[in-house]
Amino acid sequence: MSDVHYHDPSNVTNPEHAEHHIVTPAQYCIVFGSLLVGTLITVVAADIDLGVMNPVIALGIACTKAVIVILFFMHVKYQSKLVKMTVAAGFFTFIVLITMTLTDYMSRAWGLW
Amino acid sequence: MDNTAVATHIHEEHAHVSLPQHRHHFETEEQQREAGTFGMWLFLLTEIMFFGGLFFAYLLYRNWYYDAFVAASNQLSIKLGSINTVFLIASGFFMALGVWAAEVRKRGLLVIFLILTTVLGFAFLGIKYVEYSEKFEKHHVPGAHFDISEFVNPPIDAKTGKAEQKPLPPDMAAKTQVFFSLYFAMTGMHAVHMIIGIVLLFWLTWRAYYGDFSSGYVAPIENFGLYWHFVDIVWLFLFPLLYLINRHPLS
Repeated sequence: MSDVHYHDPSNVTNPEHAEHHIVTPAQYCIVFGSLLVGTLITVVAADIDLGVMNPVIALGIACTKAVIVILFFMHVKYQSKLVKMTVAAGFFTFIVLITMTLTDYMSRAWGLW
Repeated sequence: MDNTAVATHIHEEHAHVSLPQHRHHFETEEQQREAGTFGMWLFLLTEIMFFGGLFFAYLLYRNWYYDAFVAASNQLSIKLGSINTVFLIASGFFMALGVWAAEVRKRGLLVIFLILTTVLGFAFLGIKYVEYSEKFEKHHVPGAHFDISEFVNPPIDAKTGKAEQKPLPPDMAAKTQVFFSLYFAMTGMHAVHMIIGIVLLFWLTWRAYYGDFSSGYVAPIENFGLYWHFVDIVWLFLFPLLYLINRHPLS
């Protein structure tokens, strides 16, 4: 009998699914507010001359907002490890592709031939 | 024996009643739910790669034709872009509330939230239409009728008496078309995703009205929510990259 419990190919006896979690409207309101504040900050920051930091700050705020949306609006914070790993793997693969392409691009002798 | 067989048969029939949130090929509701979420995320990852290619093209061409990208980017209205960002965030907010309404089985609220999501989606597309038509009027759509004059001879600011933008040599001014090509490709693909989303919203609102998603079957609402939030995230990057980061060019 214990064999049956140990061998659990369909993941039922000892499920790894995350507890079903319902995000409350109050949490959504906080997320909504923080996204609006982020938008305000990024628009104000664009008006100030910060040299090379302007794009860095704009993209930093955009990434922060995206992470908030992914974690709460898209419920990834409350999902199983499988889903979390899937999301992380996707972004990781995207960064690998960008890095490899940029490595090639930047190491070429553009205009020097 | 016959009686036993009949009884067993009836019992099995009963055990195979399948709810939409628990189809017979899944062991548990949680398993079905996780499988659906997993599949939806795999689709969204392909979408990340798709938009990622466009973002990458933007990065490289901005590097190559920096002055043209600065001049062309500053043609866009930060005001309209900001309003659209707020519309889209609010639309995503109501979509998230819609998922909550489906979870707690409130049919009326779900329909209201889905309608609000749709209305704000239309508001976004309406402003996008205003922005696009201005580009057509000014001949800033890439192609045979593209007009570089505003970039070669920028209009004079009435207060300072100086040009609003740094004048560009004609060959660099022609490269503003690269910016506008990417602008139309990226915002256009984003808008196509929104139009597809709005069509799906009509269908989901219809089904929600007839109570399909207020008795424990949340997956279509939840997975559509993932798609709608993904489209939001794309805009969260498009807005700073296209509208904001070129206001103070490096000299």
